[in-house]
Amino acid sequence: MAATHTLTTRTRAGTITGIAALAFLAVAVILPAFASRSLIQDLFFILTMLTLAQFWNLLAGYSGLVSVGQQAFVGFGAYMLFAATILWGVNPVAAILLSGVFALLLAIPTAFFAFRLSGAYFAIGTWVVAEVVRLTVAQWQAVGGGTGTSLPRDARDAMWGVTWIEAAFDVRSSAARDILAYWLALALAAATIGGIYWFLRTRRGLALAALRDNVEAAKSVGVDAARMKWIVFLVAAFGTGIAGGLIFLQNGRISPDSAFAVTQWTAFVIFIVVIGGIGTIEGPIIGVLVFFMLQELLADFGATYLIVLGCLGIVIMLFARRGLWGLISDRTGVQLFPVRRRLIAPARGPAGQTDEGGGHND
Amino acid sequence: MIWIDTIVQGVLLGGLYALFAAGLSLVFGIMRLVNLAHGDLIVMGAYLILVVVSVLGLNPFVAALVAAPVMFSIGWVLQKAVLNRTLGDDILPPLLVTFGLSVVIQNSLLEGFSADSQRISMGPLETASVAVGPVTMGLLPLLTFGSAIAVIVGLNQIFYRTAIGRAFRATSDDPVTASLMGIRPDRVFATAMGLALVVATIAALYLGTRSNFDPYVGPARLIYAFEAVIIGGLGSLWGTLAGGIIIGVAQTVGAAINPEWQILAGHVAFLIVLLVRPRGLFPRAVD
Repeated sequence: MAATHTLTTRTRAGTITGIAALAFLAVAVILPAFASRSLIQDLFFILTMLTLAQFWNLLAGYSGLVSVGQQAFVGFGAYMLFAATILWGVNPVAAILLSGVFALLLAIPTAFFAFRLSGAYFAIGTWVVAEVVRLTVAQWQAVGGGTGTSLPRDARDAMWGVTWIEAAFDVRSSAARDILAYWLALALAAATIGGIYWFLRTRRGLALAALRDNVEAAKSVGVDAARMKWIVFLVAAFGTGIAGGLIFLQNGRISPDSAFAVTQWTAFVIFIVVIGGIGTIEGPIIGVLVFFMLQELLADFGATYLIVLGCLGIVIMLFARRGLWGLISDRTGVQLFPVRRRLIAPARGPAGQTDEGGGHND
Repeated sequence: MIWIDTIVQGVLLGGLYALFAAGLSLVFGIMRLVNLAHGDLIVMGAYLILVVVSVLGLNPFVAALVAAPVMFSIGWVLQKAVLNRTLGDDILPPLLVTFGLSVVIQNSLLEGFSADSQRISMGPLETASVAVGPVTMGLLPLLTFGSAIAVIVGLNQIFYRTAIGRAFRATSDDPVTASLMGIRPDRVFATAMGLALVVATIAALYLGTRSNFDPYVGPARLIYAFEAVIIGGLGSLWGTLAGGIIIGVAQTVGAAINPEWQILAGHVAFLIVLLVRPRGLFPRAVD
């Protein structure tokens, strides 16, 4: 009898989300055929910020690793893309992968130092490492030192697929490069969300959720907390590095101050996750949309925009700790990306009813 | 001989960093709160002193005396109204709320005072110096170092000799039991934050007179302060001074080798200490 019980994470909302996501992806892929260039650029911004937010959420929301130093990986990834392109003649599109690899390599010594600090001091430790990397890169004259450099024209023209896009969509090469960057960002965001969703549904993902809910209890049932921390930190660095490479490939220009900007690559990302709802996949998606709308609305007010964003983040952290998605989810019980395992009893079992398994897991 | 001079200047600079760090150390020691807005609160203090100096035409030292009670009140209200709500087992809320606060303070200062760099003028004191043997020391850096020692001695006196100090220690050890003895932890925490901002005002006075500042310099000061606290060992104020001196000496020695290495050398020194003594040089107890 017991053998007929099954564990599942499927829900109806999850299935609907899956179908909607595929439809949305299909529309997003063909969008450059009719969308304006500015819309494509806005979407590129949203997609890359969403990717950064998902990885920060994986760190802070699931693993308790509150890093304030993710700009180290954005900046280092981006700089290695420029170095690979300018110094070693790698095609910029291929160099995006190198961004991720080098960010991953940087993450190993970073983790070695930062993991010696616990809790809040971990945050400062990562920040110090980011500063060290920024100051060191600023000494690297081959990629422009403290003033930075631009992507050379011939490297930009050599980007794979640009000539094809030019012909297919009948656009100039600058617009074609934006479309290419947009597609890459779309692929990156989709792979990130899909990958994290898949990961959270595996055994390791369950271990991660257990650690998030109660570290001691998770350890007591055999979860290797230190190992999970390493895995998550390295994966997040890899993804953040790739996003950094892509962002500055589209930008075409890099400088230490822009590539290692704590406001842009960490503060904004933190606010996106906190406002949307930390510890959920849905949260960063909602957060990035709110963030973009606020930016459009308050773009003319300069510093006021950041003050509003900061206050909103504080209010949400104080009064609705699980963010906007937490509020929606609590009211409706909907989970678009269900990662919670439920025990399904057989139809004619003794209880005859569906049994909820496991603890609180959202 | 130039090296002795470099090291002495570094030690004196360390006094300034210890002043940045003392308030941070105090707040962490009493309520385990890591205040990411501490650097920006110091910068806010510097602007407050600047306003008092320019509006009332007071001497900067007197202006700091005027600013201190204002900063105390700001700290008290901030702790009571906002930060007390974030304390608990979860480390996320205090970090994220103080990080948000940091962004809000920076940009409010930017709105109010523009991005132009400012300086609090001390008149002839800025360039005054004394010669001790082969080394010439600026009077202002000496005064900064003296103030750092005075602040640490003062804070230790408050901790171990006064009723409020006893309340600090009791609440730090166990807030629930302390509240059974008639202590109100929320008010003790608010007082501690107020006191931390008084120390921040003293730090602000020397920050503003020693060099130029603008609304964005807070986070860098915060990092130096944290490095000093961690090198010294959490909870030890004298350790914090030692940590500040290590960062200060590393920076001046780094700058003497190559001016571009100043900041980097400080960070590298911090990472080396972290590698060798993960819990700092003078760790107190397990936190």
